[in-house]
Amino acid sequence: MDTKLQATPISGRHRALNALMAPFGGWDMPIQYEGIIAEHSWCRSQAALFDICHMGEFIFQGDFEAGGLEDVFTFSVKTIPPGRSRYGFLLNEQGGIIDDLIVFRLAEDKVMIVVNAATAPNDFAVIQGRLKGGTFTDITAATGKLDLQGPLSRYVMVEIFGEEVATLPYFKFITVNILGVEAIVSRTGYTGELGYEIFIPSEKVCELWDLLLTDERVKPAGLGARDVLRLEVGYSLYGSDIDEETTPLEAGLGSFVNFEKNFVGKDALLRLKEQGVARTKVAFEVSGRRSPRHHYDICSAGETVGNVTSGVFSPMLGKGIGIGFVKPQLAAIGTPLTVSHERISMEATVCELPFFKGGSVRS
Amino acid sequence: MSMYFTKEHEWVKVEGNIGTVGISDHAAHELGDITFVELPKIGAVVKQFGVLGSIESVKAASDIFAPLSGKVIKVNDALDTAPEAVNESAEDAGWMAQVEITDEAELKNLMTQAQYDDYLKTL
Repeated sequence: MDTKLQATPISGRHRALNALMAPFGGWDMPIQYEGIIAEHSWCRSQAALFDICHMGEFIFQGDFEAGGLEDVFTFSVKTIPPGRSRYGFLLNEQGGIIDDLIVFRLAEDKVMIVVNAATAPNDFAVIQGRLKGGTFTDITAATGKLDLQGPLSRYVMVEIFGEEVATLPYFKFITVNILGVEAIVSRTGYTGELGYEIFIPSEKVCELWDLLLTDERVKPAGLGARDVLRLEVGYSLYGSDIDEETTPLEAGLGSFVNFEKNFVGKDALLRLKEQGVARTKVAFEVSGRRSPRHHYDICSAGETVGNVTSGVFSPMLGKGIGIGFVKPQLAAIGTPLTVSHERISMEATVCELPFFKGGSVRS
Repeated sequence: MSMYFTKEHEWVKVEGNIGTVGISDHAAHELGDITFVELPKIGAVVKQFGVLGSIESVKAASDIFAPLSGKVIKVNDALDTAPEAVNESAEDAGWMAQVEITDEAELKNLMTQAQYDDYLKTL
């Protein structure tokens, strides 16, 4: 395996800020600057800036139906109105999740597909293999991506990008001119807070990073804080909570699957719907400050009944929270579970998502 | 008052036959934001390098090992609600437990401050 890590255009800035760097999805990424909890708290109260240049972006241009794109994902592409985006999945024939992604309808005959970093090369090959026409291009290297997230992000964005951003609704985007280039500003994110994802040509992304940080309400945040933020609001992390062995039905993500249309994996999901799933996603809170962690066992009545896929100490709740998969009969809200690993054991209770309900995402 | 260290980054301050135990500034920094400390029970008898408790940060969970054998006589239960004290003051206010030392000869298995500082340079 090629272990050479890719660097984003902003990596020099991260090093200058003395960030702790680590490999993520084949990229050398900032995990934290001043500290995960401080950055998490800044995002929940102010505006946090994330370097997300590692994520993949593809462009499809052509006729969505004749080109085959309409049948590639679990949702319809042709019904996304221009200027809007939609979340869903690329599945394998067995209904397993190859990736979770967002499609942005750029024009009548053009979309941008935004995918996870680690899965991007395979996603590109899979999607290309399913297309029958149109042009399909990987623009990852040419595209920089920054996320500005937090309750104050709108004020910051309006000052830099203009009034047009002020009224941008959730899952809608606009094209704006900034620093002499065109950028896409999208009202989406991965934190549960009001926020924006900005796509800009990669040669300008460092300049935009610097510009956003001139606002004292903005501080950089790393992938460590991003993971705590996303888990507090129950968003799935590809590679941890969902993967090729997991279907959207098991993962509680069936609402992002449109059975009214064709897509690869549909037959498998229909069969699974009829048979019922053997395991299902649960969210649980721990009584105490211990953190459940990926791969810890979930037990009930002394037996292992599943495993934790994501877990962390929630600064907002002041206790451990986690997501895992168990037998469906143990998934009811209020079910007591035990999370254990070697010497560690903690009592947990199945709860609703999101864990943290006070986010500004739709404000 | 002398301070001794283990290779696993615990420290012990020895005053008479009482040893106060914690984790080093280096360890606290490496762990990042500390979110939970599992303290031993008062009266527990621990062996040198045996498990004394555990510590968790946003990033990882690790065991804490006893630098010396002895009986736990006091714990810093302020850490139950404010484990971040370990990040703020790992080698002082972030102490974890006091043990009544059974065998002072075990100190020979620990590093002095100068030896520990040299050891950190090798990591």
